[in-house]
Amino acid sequence: MRWIRRNLVVIAGLLTLAYMILPNLVVMAFSFNKPKGRFNYSWQEFSLDAWKDPCGVADMCESLSLSLQLAAWATVGAVVLGTMIAFALVRYRFRARGAINSLIFLPMAMPEVVMAASLLTLFLNMGIELGFWTVLIAHIMFCLSFVVTAVKARVMSMDPRLEEAARDLYAGPTQTFLRVTLPIAAPGIAAGALLAFALSFDDFIITNFNAGSTVTFPMFVWGSAQRGTPVQINVIGTAMFVLAVLVVVAGQIITNRRKKSATA
Amino acid sequence: MSTSTLTKEEAPQPVEEPVLRKPSTRKRLVPYWLLLPGLLWLVVFFALPMVYQASTSVQTGSLEAGFKVTWHFQTYWDAFQEYWPQFVRSLLYAGTATLLCLLLGYPLAYLIAFKAGRWRNLLLVLVIAPFFTSFLIRTLAWKTILADDSVVVEALNALHFLDVTSWLGWTEGDRVLATPMAVVCGLTYNFLPFMILPLYTSLERIDGRLHEAAQDLYASPATTFRKVTFPLSMPGVVSGTLLTFIPASGDYVNAELLGSTDTKMVGNVIQSQFLRVLDYPTAAALSFILMAIVLAMVTVYIRRAGTEDLV
Repeated sequence: MRWIRRNLVVIAGLLTLAYMILPNLVVMAFSFNKPKGRFNYSWQEFSLDAWKDPCGVADMCESLSLSLQLAAWATVGAVVLGTMIAFALVRYRFRARGAINSLIFLPMAMPEVVMAASLLTLFLNMGIELGFWTVLIAHIMFCLSFVVTAVKARVMSMDPRLEEAARDLYAGPTQTFLRVTLPIAAPGIAAGALLAFALSFDDFIITNFNAGSTVTFPMFVWGSAQRGTPVQINVIGTAMFVLAVLVVVAGQIITNRRKKSATA
Repeated sequence: MSTSTLTKEEAPQPVEEPVLRKPSTRKRLVPYWLLLPGLLWLVVFFALPMVYQASTSVQTGSLEAGFKVTWHFQTYWDAFQEYWPQFVRSLLYAGTATLLCLLLGYPLAYLIAFKAGRWRNLLLVLVIAPFFTSFLIRTLAWKTILADDSVVVEALNALHFLDVTSWLGWTEGDRVLATPMAVVCGLTYNFLPFMILPLYTSLERIDGRLHEAAQDLYASPATTFRKVTFPLSMPGVVSGTLLTFIPASGDYVNAELLGSTDTKMVGNVIQSQFLRVLDYPTAAALSFILMAIVLAMVTVYIRRAGTEDLV
């Protein structure tokens, strides 16, 4: 009993962690299922069919590749625009900074459905056809604020004297930017890019409103929840999860090695 | 006429040109050039759409005949009267989910920040990792977990937990799926990382020596938590609750996949009015009412919680 009381925080924390991981384990387990009907919600028997043929479902891999392309372009757009804004906000003093800060904060403080709906009214009123481009526009819009926040945090902790030093050593403005400023800001930009990619790839609500008949991967999953869920969805979900964990673990090992070699 | 005015405007420019070339002036323009493209994007695709939505909400007409601005503010009142249960439900579900996220997330954030030691990075990875499976797939997994004859539901039944929740109106009989509890469970699950990460960031910043100091002054662990740890983690609590409550209040995915017609939230109504019923004015009005409610609540909350360094 005393042991439980002393480790209450650890137990509670691990229970929460279990709650968070449980659905991922279910997704993983059901990727080896052989469902009876159209829906993959109850366990029938073990099978590797879905893993052998991950693209065996009509339109699924097309939607996946569309989502990847969309996320890549949205990341590029949001990172370029967002990094510029972040630098302007941190490095320069000018009027209307407060107003600009709130304009950037607002998209993050707004229920997604409100943004999605208002963007749809814009496109409807303008007579713009819904599809790839409207989704891309929307994704850049909502990723922008997150990139600005991530890059800002990094640039704020940057020592401006490093750039002064570069200039004292006769580096031109471009050289200073490419050789000094950009490398230091890179982790912030990378974090922003990763966040933008993940947000765009996984976005459903805004895409649902502005995609027209374009089907991204989340839209495909949504549709399949009504029509019948192929096991391949679980395969993709599991593969994404495992891949991400491997990448993070690999990154961890590399940084650990570097640290060790730096101290040795 | 126009050519003469043009030349007149052009005339003083050669005089000003040397001034423009001065580095100070050029430098003064740099931030504006940096801001221009991004802000233009936000103005055109975030602010302007709000204006369009405002105009849509006071239009009347039909899809066939077209919509016209008639300043018909009645739409707001009608929409609110018809759908106030969904508004109440949204705020109730989102509020409950936020509270549960705080209660569940705090111990985990605390564990990672203070007790994990060399396991810290692994635990952080495990918190973020679920993100990499599409959230729709994970939400669908809850259908399996909460299905009628699943292990979880049978265990809850055996513990007579469902008798209590049924009595409270959170579940129905011995089912969990398609009840409010399922929706709140999904919402809590979906937004937990948004609570844990800010909590962890603010807890991690706390100087461990403050805990030692509290102990030296004979504070019990509970008192230390109440008087030192929790107040210092307030920025994380505030941003965590906001990051959870705001998206949860507009969500319709959980209510659609895990709920029933009795658990529809306002997001579901907005979605179906916009994309299925095609009653744009009502949908726009509903979306504005939701925005107003959320912004008002957030403003009051930030004032009362009193953290200015949030944004």
